Amino acid sequence: MSVGGSTGGRVAVADLAHPRVMVLWCPDWPVVAAAGHHELSLRSPVAVVDKGEVFACSPAARAEGVARGMRRRDAASRCPELAVVDRVPEVEARAFEAVLSSVEDVASGVSPLRPGLCALGVPSRFYGGEREAAAVVAEQLVGVGVWDSRSGVADGLFAAEHAARRAPAQDCWVVEPGGSAAFLGDLPISVLEDHDLVTLLRRLGIRSLGDFASLSPRDVLTRFGHHGARLHRLARGQDGRVASSRRPPVEVQQHVTFDPPLETIEPVVFSTRQTADRCVAELSRHGLVATEVRIEVLGDRGWLGSRVWSHSRWFASSDLVDRLYWQLQADPAPEPVTEVRLCPERVESLGDHGAGLWGSSVDEHVERGIARLQGMLGPEEVLTAAVQGGRSPRARQQTSPWGERGVQPRRVSLPWPGSIPPPAPARVFAEPLPSLVLGVDGRPVQVTDRGQVSAPPATFRAGRGAAQVQVQAWAGPWPIDELWWDPAHARQVARFQLVGVDGSAWLLVVEDGQWWTEARYD
Amino acid sequence: MTGPSAALRIQELQQRVQVMQGSALSRSLPMLPGLSDLIRLRTGSTYAVDSPSLAMALMAGPSQAGEWTAVVGVPDFGLEAAEHLGVDLGRVVLVPRPGEHWLSVTAGLLDVAGLVLVKPPSPVSEHQAARLKSRMRQKDAALLSWGPWPRSEATLSVSSSTWDGVGHGHGRLAGRRVVVEVTQSGPTRAVPLWLPGADRQVRAAEPAVRAVVQVAG
Repeated sequence: MSVGGSTGGRVAVADLAHPRVMVLWCPDWPVVAAAGHHELSLRSPVAVVDKGEVFACSPAARAEGVARGMRRRDAASRCPELAVVDRVPEVEARAFEAVLSSVEDVASGVSPLRPGLCALGVPSRFYGGEREAAAVVAEQLVGVGVWDSRSGVADGLFAAEHAARRAPAQDCWVVEPGGSAAFLGDLPISVLEDHDLVTLLRRLGIRSLGDFASLSPRDVLTRFGHHGARLHRLARGQDGRVASSRRPPVEVQQHVTFDPPLETIEPVVFSTRQTADRCVAELSRHGLVATEVRIEVLGDRGWLGSRVWSHSRWFASSDLVDRLYWQLQADPAPEPVTEVRLCPERVESLGDHGAGLWGSSVDEHVERGIARLQGMLGPEEVLTAAVQGGRSPRARQQTSPWGERGVQPRRVSLPWPGSIPPPAPARVFAEPLPSLVLGVDGRPVQVTDRGQVSAPPATFRAGRGAAQVQVQAWAGPWPIDELWWDPAHARQVARFQLVGVDGSAWLLVVEDGQWWTEARYD
Repeated sequence: MTGPSAALRIQELQQRVQVMQGSALSRSLPMLPGLSDLIRLRTGSTYAVDSPSLAMALMAGPSQAGEWTAVVGVPDFGLEAAEHLGVDLGRVVLVPRPGEHWLSVTAGLLDVAGLVLVKPPSPVSEHQAARLKSRMRQKDAALLSWGPWPRSEATLSVSSSTWDGVGHGHGRLAGRRVVVEVTQSGPTRAVPLWLPGADRQVRAAEPAVRAVVQVAG
């Protein structure tokens, strides 16, 4: 099987059955972006520092011995004229936006992988070949001031990315159709970027992707699970991923301006109806629907209210109007509104979402019913639920208004020291109830510095006004390191489970002799 | 479309035709296997329960079978407990504070979900119950009421509850044995259950009541 090198590969004719993908890599992107932002020259030594360690550096700095992971002071001592800038991920993303839009002028289906790296469909037929297309793209990047770009073309994303990393500056490394496995076989196993698996494979004597690929898929699946099997597929060059479309170009954004500015919500919402219609119509003209939309409201003195809304199906124009109304109600503009912008953030092909032959899908029906409730109660009153990681039962649950993108939940799988093992309580109080626990000596139970109880609990009252109940059984104390209600002060805090003689079970927490009921096992 | 899913589709369409004609037959909702001795919920009916864990266990069967479920007026609904008992939180709608609109909200959610749990803030009148009843028949959904409900199909109440795994200053709550009294057209039945057992599963318990942990002196 032939591997097309950067100089010797013949031009591959695009095979329609196997879409090819091009990956464009701008090396040292954090440095390029930071240099542009701070108006530094890339010929001089520049290092971008993240959390006190060198995150990326320019070739000149590398020549002086600066390397990734080095401490700031060590780097400066190796290279006294080093310009050190702090890493700002927003700058990298913003600078890369210019690259993306210039690439979009010459190619379609551009999807960013991360700042400095993007994938695109190969416009080889239009430009007369893959190498020619890559040259056009590289030339386009020079136009926006990016001199060092490399591209790789292969059958899948993974192979194309590593082909790009092997290409010289402003050149392209083409992996022939069907040649991904042979190309990848020479790469060291560490390119899988999975530290645990790579260490294990190395100890098993597997040092290259080729060695890994020669294992039987079934053995890999049974020993390393689905994750291992996925990486194995990548190593064998069977990467199904191709470039998918990135978020839509700016033209799909729609805005409406108000002159004179509007003071109240209703006219703003009413005047945005046509714009919402236009936004949806414009998307559908391209065969697209929006599943995530950012709505921005601008005030006449510079106020900006912005919120991202997602939709489990897709946004119709009336949905957009609803979301705008809810947003203005939840976050009213403090000044007259001059402009409303609707920016689709995530779009999908209409084909994936069309209504079935038998009418609308069940979830659409749910969506409509809930929109009616939100109209009646307000959008914040209808919630979706999830469980997340946390120490107290309250912190372990997350609710967010229906249709609004929730805050990223904390991972459940992490260890949460101090959290109580299952079963979980069926009732979790929004605010802990002030409670009373008396020991056998008739005095409130205290927890000593050494985590001992002053006396075994004998009776308790869960909440003001509740009946005094005798303790049948109890467990604890579970000391808590984290003070979830007052992080400023370190205090003696511990959780207890109490079971009353009536069979009721409770989760209580004691803090400096004051007891609170957090939850009930009901 | 394959055989079984086509059959399901036909059943669903027949159901929809019947709903449109206003003659919807009540269907029985799937239940957790451990609750088979307890009760079989049917659409168009209301069931009164007095324990949130029991309500969650009843919701789990339909939820796992793909039904949407909803919870109205329960701000302290323990989400993690619901998930452990088998409720799919991805298809749960919560309205914790419906306020004075609780009846219309419940009616609206019967539109959307196959099973709705509501905790009425005030005693429910016959008239209100009748209104919801016709709605449930029309929308092919069932209602669980946390608290008494006029003319409910059945009343399920936890008459005794014993916790396993906890002693005096040692162990932790592990399993809970309950006896659920079911009152449904006839004499009251007492059904012993693990809610949940030490393995987190809801299942039938052996009828013999085990020794209760001794009360602290």
